[in-house]
Amino acid sequence: MGLIKKVKKNFSSIFKHLFKKKTAKIGIYGPPNAGKTTLANRIIRDWTGDAMGAVSNVPHETRRARRREGVTIESNGSKVTLDIVDTPGLATKVDFHEFMAHGLEEEEAKRRAKEATEGIIEAVKWLDDLDGVILVMDATEDPFTQVNVTVIGNMEARKLPILIAANKIDLPESSPARIRSAFPQHPLVPISALEGQNIDTLYEEIADHFG
Amino acid sequence: MDLISEEKMANMTAMEKIRLILDGVKEGKIIVLEKGLTPTEEAKLIEMTMTEITPEDFPGIEIESYPSSHNQKLIDRIFRKPAVRTRLTVIGPANQLKTLKKDRDLISALVSSQ
Repeated sequence: MGLIKKVKKNFSSIFKHLFKKKTAKIGIYGPPNAGKTTLANRIIRDWTGDAMGAVSNVPHETRRARRREGVTIESNGSKVTLDIVDTPGLATKVDFHEFMAHGLEEEEAKRRAKEATEGIIEAVKWLDDLDGVILVMDATEDPFTQVNVTVIGNMEARKLPILIAANKIDLPESSPARIRSAFPQHPLVPISALEGQNIDTLYEEIADHFG
Repeated sequence: MDLISEEKMANMTAMEKIRLILDGVKEGKIIVLEKGLTPTEEAKLIEMTMTEITPEDFPGIEIESYPSSHNQKLIDRIFRKPAVRTRLTVIGPANQLKTLKKDRDLISALVSSQ
């Protein structure tokens, strides 16, 4: 290695050490029902013993962003402390009829729809206040949703790191390869947040990527 | 359907663009933007859409654009051209415009009357 390169590397390492944030604020983003809260629960349970929030098959179960501070993840000799923000599912539309199809009464469905719209606004606002994003995609679905494109576009515009969690690989129709070919510029880990499949690889990537 | 040129949008602020889009979509129009919105404008559009959703009349929007690409050319970076190049975007009322299939370079959509 040349002298200039060495000096540059050492300087960069000292600079990083001096000015590195103690904790990184990481948002868990994705469309409704991609498994964001299931993943947040797993991470927090694995590293703190607690849970983040309730999960269900009804879309927009999470309608308020929730933050858990000081979650320390250690993997392969790397250690990172994160503030984890579990965000409501992003969407461009909220139709109360969708909730009625899941068995909710009309009034309850309308109330839930209203809360869901507020949750989406909150999720969008959080984008301004993060150091990185874990983007959870449902590996059984088309990856080119507008939500994925918008979240990736925003993080890229801010030059912030993104880690894609291709979730639901426990389902036979899942295809993480489809997501990888759609967004080849970002690291991707195929996981099942529900079953815990490949979750240690995700922790390695988190420690490496956000540390 | 309104097809809006890159030039028209270039002279508008983010809020003016969003207002133009939302007003058109709420009238039942399909809006086609020659050059799309920046990721920040898209996020703002989602935010504004959420404030205007009403249960009976306006369920939100369907928006379809290709993933944005990045300027890799040195000459563009020297002249500080925006790093993200946005692309054609279609926006319509969620109850009239439905995406059938979408990949990097193809969008198939179904447009129906209310």
